Amino acid sequence: MRHLLSTEDLSRSNAIRILDTAEEMAAVGEREVKKLPTLRGRTVVNLFFEDSTRTRISFEAAAKRLSADVINFAAKGSSVSKGESLKDTAQTLSAMGADAVVIRHWASGAPHRLAATDWIDAAVINAGDGTHEHPTQALLDAFTMRRHWSKLAGTPSAGADLTGMRVAIAGDVLHSRVARSNVWLLRTLGAEVTLVAPPTLLPIGVEKWPCSVSYDLDETLARGVDAMMMLRVQGERMNASFFPTTREYSRRWGFDDNRLRALDSLGLKDTIIMHPGPMNRGLEISSAAADSPRSTVLAQVRNGVSIRMAALYLLLSGDTREPAHQANSTHSTPAEHTSALVTKESH
Amino acid sequence: MASQQQDAGTGAYLIRGAAILGGAPEDLLIRDGIIAERGQNLPAGGATVIEAAGLVALPGMVDIHTHLREPGREDAETVETGTRAAALGGYTAVHAMANSTPVADTAGVVEQVLTLGRTAGWVDVRPVGAVTVGLAGEQLAELGAMADSRARVRVFSDDGICVHDPVLMRRALEYVKAFDGVVAQHAQEPRLTAGAQMNEGEVSAVLGLTGWPAVAEESIIARDVLLAQHVGSRLHVCHVSTAGSVEIIRWAKSRGVNVTAEVTPHHLWLTDELARSYDPVYKVNPPLRTDADVQALRAALADGTIDVVGTDHAPHPSEHKECEWAQAAMGMTGLETALSVVQHTMIETGLMGWADFARVTSTAPAAIGRLEDQGRPLDAGEPANVTLVDPAARWTVDPSKMATMGRNSPFAGRELPGKVVATFFKGHPTVLDGKLNTPYRWLPETTELPGTAAGSN
Repeated sequence: MRHLLSTEDLSRSNAIRILDTAEEMAAVGEREVKKLPTLRGRTVVNLFFEDSTRTRISFEAAAKRLSADVINFAAKGSSVSKGESLKDTAQTLSAMGADAVVIRHWASGAPHRLAATDWIDAAVINAGDGTHEHPTQALLDAFTMRRHWSKLAGTPSAGADLTGMRVAIAGDVLHSRVARSNVWLLRTLGAEVTLVAPPTLLPIGVEKWPCSVSYDLDETLARGVDAMMMLRVQGERMNASFFPTTREYSRRWGFDDNRLRALDSLGLKDTIIMHPGPMNRGLEISSAAADSPRSTVLAQVRNGVSIRMAALYLLLSGDTREPAHQANSTHSTPAEHTSALVTKESH
Repeated sequence: MASQQQDAGTGAYLIRGAAILGGAPEDLLIRDGIIAERGQNLPAGGATVIEAAGLVALPGMVDIHTHLREPGREDAETVETGTRAAALGGYTAVHAMANSTPVADTAGVVEQVLTLGRTAGWVDVRPVGAVTVGLAGEQLAELGAMADSRARVRVFSDDGICVHDPVLMRRALEYVKAFDGVVAQHAQEPRLTAGAQMNEGEVSAVLGLTGWPAVAEESIIARDVLLAQHVGSRLHVCHVSTAGSVEIIRWAKSRGVNVTAEVTPHHLWLTDELARSYDPVYKVNPPLRTDADVQALRAALADGTIDVVGTDHAPHPSEHKECEWAQAAMGMTGLETALSVVQHTMIETGLMGWADFARVTSTAPAAIGRLEDQGRPLDAGEPANVTLVDPAARWTVDPSKMATMGRNSPFAGRELPGKVVATFFKGHPTVLDGKLNTPYRWLPETTELPGTAAGSN
């Protein structure tokens, strides 16, 4: 493996490999000493051009549990805020010997740029780019769903996928990197996905995505859902005519107490409620739903560390880098740099 | 190709056996700035002979849409470097867009650009005047002063920014009638394209890049053709990029609206699929669209709905492209690849012949810009603005070897057909053997105004 940039072209075998590795990492997290020596002497840089304390500390914990050295580079208050370019920042980190760069950026595609150029020769992990993708979030969501789905089936998680699982994702799909990464990964793992949103918050072109689309949350629930994922509504959408008022949004597309009760009346006793956080309680999700036994919000956070350990482990340990890529990737073709998780087998 | 060039300055040239507009081979004798003779087996009579068997002779190409960046952004391009690129690309005239710094919104700035062009001497540089002061879209610039200046401006455009205020657009269209001007509109509804990064559609949905919907272009074109009809004015639509725009322009022409339209070489070929690389070399405004749009644009250029090819040559320093997509500047270079891209997309597809090529790259753009000594037939007595092309040549685009300072060619690494062998500007070879020769030396300005140049009709 070379980079983890997106789930769009993450193969099923690589996705399962990450999920299975994360299961092993989760076992480490349950030991008294939660640390492996695997990445001792390796340097992981958390390069954050956008504030995200949750994602950063999750990656930091993951890297530290693998004994890597961690450098946190927040763009705010650094040279980046003084106008330094992504290229110069990347070259600086390269000169300091970064082995992996975990990048969070407000611009869609910024991790692809790092991976496709010769600015830095390090493994690149996308920790969320603009409104494009957030692959480790989707992986931790899938990990959480797979545990639930396997438990219901009474079979082990390892090696399993999500065939037959009905997943609904509701909220601001248009601006959501979490929704995009989930749609691609869940498709790959065999789940049936329904996006639920006001038409204003769905992208033009969504009809080509491998999922169903609905404007009606109640109807979607009535058809049966095994996992209900609510997306955060960003504050800046609230005054841009995407919907009339937050109250109307909440009534039509929020997971409120009525819909929580509806799960019971619909006989959906095993349906879980997911949210990538941070939550707007009372807007897209009610407190009762967020705190109910169905909620996996905290399990998702916990599983996030395991997924990120697995990603770092698979990208940085062992002799899996391809010499051709390592030598010089200046003029890599689109086909090369769009392949999300390049492995020897896939070439 | 050219034999000895003892005198690269003022000599006579005999082009022997070139296919005129792709037709039967004939000779052209160029002397004293004009085509002195056209015929079979013309005697050289001391002229430098250019053996042109297999080559196509075309009227010098005229670009209706070029960004030369000077004054103000000499780190991106200068009039000197941009017009070298133009000559190498087969051009003998370019319209220099107004979005320089300062903006070309006064007689002083357009005259400065005119002078820079004449000092360079590679092509006829025709300044475009801004429609509004500072391109701000609030009040009309002194259009009349620019029209009356030495630059004799006839094309007015806020290109890069849409004249979106309908009243201001109406007034501009009406006002330029006083001096036979034309308003060249950059059709982009600003509210529908706030923060837009690429074509809105299937690809933008996946990439998470803010969409630039086709309707933002089409709604402005629809409004403008109706305005042009209402006030009886001449409208030119810059860089048409969508199938829907083509339909609107076709409809307007059928109603007799005096509208002309332009398409860029890149919109005739490239699609938004290229954005999947997130490489900003493919970031341009208007954005690359879908293959259905590309096919509609080709058909429209072939059937005359779209009148001209304009390069929208937009050089940028590399730091404006070596960055995140959202941070990158919009634009692509085009002067040195336009001929080859049009040959590839229009001629080798059988949609057009070389006579059509001459119409869309020379005759029609010269007519829009009211350039009287450009876009003329290749006949005796006509000004000797001639481009010789080897249509069988193949070459691979290497931006580092171009004359433009911009390295932002979306065609880098592609093999293209067709190569400019020679360019004659006012009878002088600015390009010979596919390489820059020497610039034309203008006479003192009082004796040679555009339109009254030697050999003009």
